[in-house]
Amino acid sequence: MTGITTTPKDLGLQEELSRMRKVGSLERILGPENYRVLTGLLKTPASIIGFFLIAMFIFIALAAPFIIPPINANLPYTIPQDGYKAEPKPPGTLWERNAPDLPFWWKPIMGTDQWTHLMGTSQGQYDIFYGVIWGTRSALSSGMIVVIATFAIGMIVGSISAYYGGVVDNILMRVVDVFLTLPFILAALILAAVLVPKLGRSLVPSIIALITFGWMGYARVIRGDILSIKERDFVMAARVIGVRDGRILFRHILPNAIFPSLVLASLAIGDVVLSFAALSFLGIGTEIGYADWGQVLSFARNWIISLETYWYIVVFPGITLVLFVMGWNLVGDALRDVLDPRMRGKT
Amino acid sequence: MTTYILRRLMLVPVLLFGVTVLIFSMLQFLTPVERSALYVRDLPRNQRQLEGIILRYGLDKPLPVQYWNWLVGTKNPVNGEREGGILFGDFGWSRTGSQPVAKLISSRFPNTLDLTLWAVAPVILVGIWLGVQAAVHHNGFIDQAGRIFSIVGASFPTFVAGLLFLMVFYAQLEWFPPGRLSTQMQIAINSPDFHSYTSLLTIDSLLNGRFDVFIDALKHMLLPILTLSYLTWATFLRVTRSSMLETLRMDYVTTARAKGLREHDVIFKHARPNAMIPVITLAGFSIVGLMGGVVITETVFDFPGIGKAAAEAAGQLDVVTVLGFALFNGFILIVANLVVDIIYAMVDPRIRLS
Repeated sequence: MTGITTTPKDLGLQEELSRMRKVGSLERILGPENYRVLTGLLKTPASIIGFFLIAMFIFIALAAPFIIPPINANLPYTIPQDGYKAEPKPPGTLWERNAPDLPFWWKPIMGTDQWTHLMGTSQGQYDIFYGVIWGTRSALSSGMIVVIATFAIGMIVGSISAYYGGVVDNILMRVVDVFLTLPFILAALILAAVLVPKLGRSLVPSIIALITFGWMGYARVIRGDILSIKERDFVMAARVIGVRDGRILFRHILPNAIFPSLVLASLAIGDVVLSFAALSFLGIGTEIGYADWGQVLSFARNWIISLETYWYIVVFPGITLVLFVMGWNLVGDALRDVLDPRMRGKT
Repeated sequence: MTTYILRRLMLVPVLLFGVTVLIFSMLQFLTPVERSALYVRDLPRNQRQLEGIILRYGLDKPLPVQYWNWLVGTKNPVNGEREGGILFGDFGWSRTGSQPVAKLISSRFPNTLDLTLWAVAPVILVGIWLGVQAAVHHNGFIDQAGRIFSIVGASFPTFVAGLLFLMVFYAQLEWFPPGRLSTQMQIAINSPDFHSYTSLLTIDSLLNGRFDVFIDALKHMLLPILTLSYLTWATFLRVTRSSMLETLRMDYVTTARAKGLREHDVIFKHARPNAMIPVITLAGFSIVGLMGGVVITETVFDFPGIGKAAAEAAGQLDVVTVLGFALFNGFILIVANLVVDIIYAMVDPRIRLS
């Protein structure tokens, strides 16, 4: 700018330029509204703790083979058993049989080259630490599958319902009502129980059950968002120039309706993992000894009378699950505040 | 109002049809051997018996015919009696419970009803009270504590919380045992002097004048009630708080304050009734939630209600029994939702006029 003689008019331009320069590149990419949401999320301590917890669990899930390497690389989700005795052993017990290789961090941190059960063993001598670490992986991956699938179904049903309206809308919304009639966990329990004999014991029956009874909320929310957006002028304009239905729906309406629900959906992983663990806890789903949190916790059901001695079979997997759900809840709570329309325009 | 109720009533058959179709389609995943439990007690022993069952109950007929038979039952060709027919309350034979599913439900349901009735008041009232307090003392101590509680509390899955409660209050302190009754009380209620008037244990024990049984029953229910309620407290707190905050900012509340009403009257007579509208919907949802919540809570606390029975049957893959529970639950919830919607419309004119 140097070397240009400044006239009053140029001064105005310069002011304009300097104001524009304050807009960071991130803000330009995301747009002002999404940028406001993002910065709003990074301001409260609660949501920062939430982000930290989520990041920690993602790290554990990714690094599971390095934190505690599987004995059989083909069956990483099978919790190794140190013997077959029923009675749980407390944390710090020496790992005698079936111990996995020592990971690289063990010696420097623990100062010994002997495996111990960090969180004790549960009924049947399943190592709880292994179950917690590898359970993170199965929890995150199945949670993500369920969230993506339920959101996709909800999006399709909701957008068809809202866009066509009338009879189609009426029928689809009654279908939603029917699926909402049964309590979620009971419905999922039944479907999983029906599917287990067909598909065998694995994560799949629970995943299908949670998807089948999990999409209705998204369908309703997206339907509502689209209903308000489809009255806008730009949709009318597209219709006037003869754009096809599908293109209007997918290229014009959905991108505008989707962002808030998408973010909320991604935070539903916490709830999904919780329901997932609940199904495993009730004994529907994976085979005994599979690394998933509900499964590990369900061992405690047989030791209720003496839980004061065997506290570690509840506390360690329980707290892991609580922290996981809490991470997503903290971010979700902050997000709901930021996305609240009454908060628009404030930062 | 009448039109609204009529319109809402018309939805009931639709929902009934939908729920039965949904459950019927889940039945289609089963093999005929498993489905035979709908009609006969014993597993068919050989191929010929199985074919006989398939033929007799029309399990090879087109699906709409099968659906109809499932609804109203089929006639026994020998004595002309109705066999099966869920509309007549015949949900089949529970192989894990060794009795008809309907009988299993009727013996277990009073326990669940007893538990949920005791849970309703703490579930709703504590949450609303907390929410109103949080809104009135906006950003004060109760508000902040409530906010932390509603996030931390909502992150405790019922089964983790239940196990932790048991660990502290039963295993460690031995205050509140799991189960339904202690052994000697069980003997007392099985004695001929104990009359069953309502089959709800707490009410019966009072009617019989057996306060020791009543106290014992309450002792066994306290932890399940706490487990069922704390999650809903968090949601009630949040919804009541935000609705109350919004109402307190309305002009008519300012008017009420300006004309010199006592703050107590402004809050409880002017603001709170209007702030309750979204809370009523939530109350409806939490009845549904309670019915779902009992599955896990009863299992954790070994409480012999329908939730535990359903979970046990599901764990042993006795699908006919579980589907019976689902049907029963579906029927109850359709009625409960109807009642909630009508109350909602009575409270909020905007609903019935839209």
